[in-house]
Amino acid sequence: MELFLHQVLAGIATGGIYACMALAIVMIYQAIDHLNFAQGEMAMFSTFIAWQLIQWEVPYWAAFFITLAISFAGGYLIERIVLKPIHSAPILSHVAMFIALFAIINSLAGFIWEYQIKAFPSPFGAHSFFGNGLLSAHDAGMIGVTIMMLVLLYLFFRYTRIGLAMRAAAANPESARLVGIRVGWMLALGWGMAASIGAVAGMLIAPVVFLEPNMMASILLYGFAGAVVGGLTSPGGAVIGGVLVGVIENLAGTFIPVVGRELKLTIALALIVLVLTVKPSGLFGRSVVHRV
Amino acid sequence: MTSAQLLEAKNICAYYGATQVLHGLDLSVAEGGITTLLGANGAGKTTMLRSVCGMVRTSGEIRFRGEEIAGQATEDIVRRGIAHVPEGRGTFVRLTVEENLQLGAITRGNKAEIAADIERVFGYFPRLRERYRQQAGTLSGGEQQMLAIGRAMMLRPKLMLLDEPSFGLAPLIVQEVFSILKQMNEREKVSLFLVEQNAALALDLADHAYLLETGRVVMAGPAREIREDENVRRAYLGY
Amino acid sequence: MTTRSHLNAFFSFLRTVAPYRRGLAFLLVILIALPLPFLVKNFLLFQLTLATVYAIAILGLNLLIGFNGQFSLGHSAFYALGAYTAAILMDQYNVAYYWTLPIAGIVCFVAGFLFGLPALRLEGIYLALATFALAVAMPQILKLSPLEPWTGGVQGIVILKPSAPFHLPLNPDQWLYYFTLAVALVLFLCAYNLVNSRTGRAMMAIRDNSTAATAMGVNLSLYKSLTFGVSALYTGIAGALGGIVVQFVAPDSFTFALSIALFVGLVVGGVGSIAGALFGAWFVLFVPNIAEHVSKGLAGAVYGIMLVLLIYLMPSGLAGLVRLILMRFAQAARR
Repeated sequence: MELFLHQVLAGIATGGIYACMALAIVMIYQAIDHLNFAQGEMAMFSTFIAWQLIQWEVPYWAAFFITLAISFAGGYLIERIVLKPIHSAPILSHVAMFIALFAIINSLAGFIWEYQIKAFPSPFGAHSFFGNGLLSAHDAGMIGVTIMMLVLLYLFFRYTRIGLAMRAAAANPESARLVGIRVGWMLALGWGMAASIGAVAGMLIAPVVFLEPNMMASILLYGFAGAVVGGLTSPGGAVIGGVLVGVIENLAGTFIPVVGRELKLTIALALIVLVLTVKPSGLFGRSVVHRV
Repeated sequence: MTSAQLLEAKNICAYYGATQVLHGLDLSVAEGGITTLLGANGAGKTTMLRSVCGMVRTSGEIRFRGEEIAGQATEDIVRRGIAHVPEGRGTFVRLTVEENLQLGAITRGNKAEIAADIERVFGYFPRLRERYRQQAGTLSGGEQQMLAIGRAMMLRPKLMLLDEPSFGLAPLIVQEVFSILKQMNEREKVSLFLVEQNAALALDLADHAYLLETGRVVMAGPAREIREDENVRRAYLGY
Repeated sequence: MTTRSHLNAFFSFLRTVAPYRRGLAFLLVILIALPLPFLVKNFLLFQLTLATVYAIAILGLNLLIGFNGQFSLGHSAFYALGAYTAAILMDQYNVAYYWTLPIAGIVCFVAGFLFGLPALRLEGIYLALATFALAVAMPQILKLSPLEPWTGGVQGIVILKPSAPFHLPLNPDQWLYYFTLAVALVLFLCAYNLVNSRTGRAMMAIRDNSTAATAMGVNLSLYKSLTFGVSALYTGIAGALGGIVVQFVAPDSFTFALSIALFVGLVVGGVGSIAGALFGAWFVLFVPNIAEHVSKGLAGAVYGIMLVLLIYLMPSGLAGLVRLILMRFAQAARR
């Protein structure tokens, strides 16, 4: 029983990471109706920028917010400059474009900052918060910040006019234009926001997994898993989904004999497939009703 | 009727890719009037509406309230006071009725006015009040059409473009919708530019009509005259 | 004769030839492909052979995505399945290499069909993620300790290169090239026939409007799962061939990156184009090498930029570009 609780706590700790990433993923999905494979790389790049600022003696929180601003601008520019020309191209071309972005950003980061892992500071400290070291202050802080972002996003999308306009632009760009919404700006805004959230995720994750160009690859995967389990239309679900994935992955690793450890990732992913088969729009997602 | 033609289109040619669909149309909508564009399937009626809103590659002149709007972006044209209820209604199916209506007024600022306008829409379409918080995609065809018109009203437009508002609706509902359109035109002073396959209904409502055949205007004049015309009666009115 | 009448003569020639353009293009490709083994060095030949293998795999993916409107980021799993099937058969059961292909095909067909069944309930993004899960899981499954006696674990399995039969005067690389070419030709022809048959039309009807297709009597579940199966079959045969060509199978050769490569190849070649698969395969095989030549440190970035440029210039892939050019030609010819 104690082992079980231990693993659950440890799972929550790692789950916090996935939840953060899942939130960024759902965020961009809500804004642009696509899954962005380059999301993780953008987050990683932002984290490197923050790291560089800190190397240049900029205090942590200043670096944090400057990075957010730079990430926002970066996301905005990527949409306006790189993606705008292919707006009318088929979806599959968009996916290929994301793949290209992935390659470019990953390669650039490796080129500029090299591949040795670097330490990244945490604003919360590494001391234990709960459970005798299983949940550190940083883990708790990460979950706290993620929840805070979640609340802010929820409020933004539900109760502000820009939030509504963004949702409309993503759902049905043509109709959005017909009510006067500048769809291009909304998309770019969505990208900017998603880039910023990704940056937060990166800066929170880096202290735990250490900073290097390939750090986000597997996290992105788990983030997708969390987002899908929770439901792509539900930011709250994404967070819960992320934590769930962390917990289940840990439990599977500990309690399933022989293969548990080797198949941790597979089990998390089998989870996705299971949830999708049983409840295609995720645990908390809104199922879309289509009248024929 | 030389003064203030609200909308004037001259020599409109429209293209889908390499195919030319409209061949030099001249159309106008009078201020406060109801103009209808008739024609069989594929005549180019929808394309004409889309040309006005900048949704299709067009050449020619389009003037709204005296100002040239051809070549501008759809969202800029719409902000000048043209509301388009498109083919298929264009409802935001995943959003609620409330959100759809709010989106109609998204470019306006005055909250009190917007709230008053929503009330006015309910006045015309009481059924929408009942369904206020429902996902728009779950509404019936008729209700979605009402929602689409309601959303267009929220823009406080000077001109409303309607693409086949009777499409797929039961006759009783169509009558309801059309009588509301007439009220709207009289009370709110919204000019209407209506594309319809149901010629009888449209000619009843409109004061001016154009007949379109394969991208060309073949007849134009007061609705009364068009309705009496032998050829039109035989081809489009069935008697 | 004036330039105008020269042009007219040329255009009327094109018009007579136009209905046979596909067959002619096919013939042209074969004519170019046949003498290659005697003109190029072994390593380039190896790459060309591998490109042909990828073309088959991409064609498999195309059947699913381009012609049936489903989605898959998991085809590296089927490729791996085919490759390992061939490897295990050859290594442990001494099966001849040419028999491994149909067996791998059948195994993958069944696997694809079985995967297609639950996938029926998933659309778009969700299907993408489920197949993504499959792709990521495969290398892990291949590394599992209980399966090591068969799969060889992390180290994988080494395969011996087959030599030319009947003592033909070809070295093993040349023989393998012709063998792969022959298999590819057969498979491409089959795909072409499939697409143009009633079954193919049903597949495309599902892609374009599945509700209408159902209303017209197309059995959605059956066709979608079958398509998954056939798609997996193609990619599985490609995997088997690939394993033989590379002489080696190991879990880390079949990661998600392979799925991405196949996908990129599909888009670059042109979704819904059978011929495009070959061009896509070349892009995927050669461009990363070129990128490395351009800049060792920024190879990924160069590859990405080339991909971006390609998408800008040819948003519908090479096939889309060719279609556009042909359309312009047709317009000019009409005038």
